[in-house]
Amino acid sequence: MAMDAGEIERLIKARVPDAEVTIRDLAGDGDHYAATVIAESFRGKSRVQQHQIVYEALKGEMGGKLHALALQTGTPESKLA
Amino acid sequence: MSIENFIDNEVKGNQVVLFMKGSPQAPMCGFSAQVVQILDYLGVSYKGLNVLDSEELRQGVKSYSNWPTIPQLYVKGEFVGGCDIVREMFQAGELQSLLKEKGVPVKTPTPA
Repeated sequence: MAMDAGEIERLIKARVPDAEVTIRDLAGDGDHYAATVIAESFRGKSRVQQHQIVYEALKGEMGGKLHALALQTGTPESKLA
Repeated sequence: MSIENFIDNEVKGNQVVLFMKGSPQAPMCGFSAQVVQILDYLGVSYKGLNVLDSEELRQGVKSYSNWPTIPQLYVKGEFVGGCDIVREMFQAGELQSLLKEKGVPVKTPTPA
């Protein structure tokens, strides 16, 4: 069971309203995504905490319905490759 | 011994522990393989625990760290992150600094 990119973005934004979310479907199979989540509200949080917030937003779909989500998080000025 | 105690003993009793799919010699998942490659590149000695050997361990480590995916890297009892974070930290040189700070020997690669 795959998940659509819009649904992932909606879930993340519901939990992190100030997030700027970019999602790429890596394999075109609706199952392997790369997401970049940038939010001012991530400031002062460790990478682990930032990722935990995103995982929480996905309400347990991560590791289940959603097999692979490569995740990068940061604050607006952090330079993401 | 409960699974929480088992995991706690492992992460506190070993300098560097990697919960992964497969073994360091034969990773069974691309994400686990990436972390293995990074640790091997840095010449870090670590203990690999294969979550595919035990469903209890697989679920146990996810609740232990409140982290939904495997692999999971621990240094001196502290959860460092999964594949994405480990790779990001490695590329930024932060993983090397963290290991050195914690007193884990890291091989300084000779420039090519």
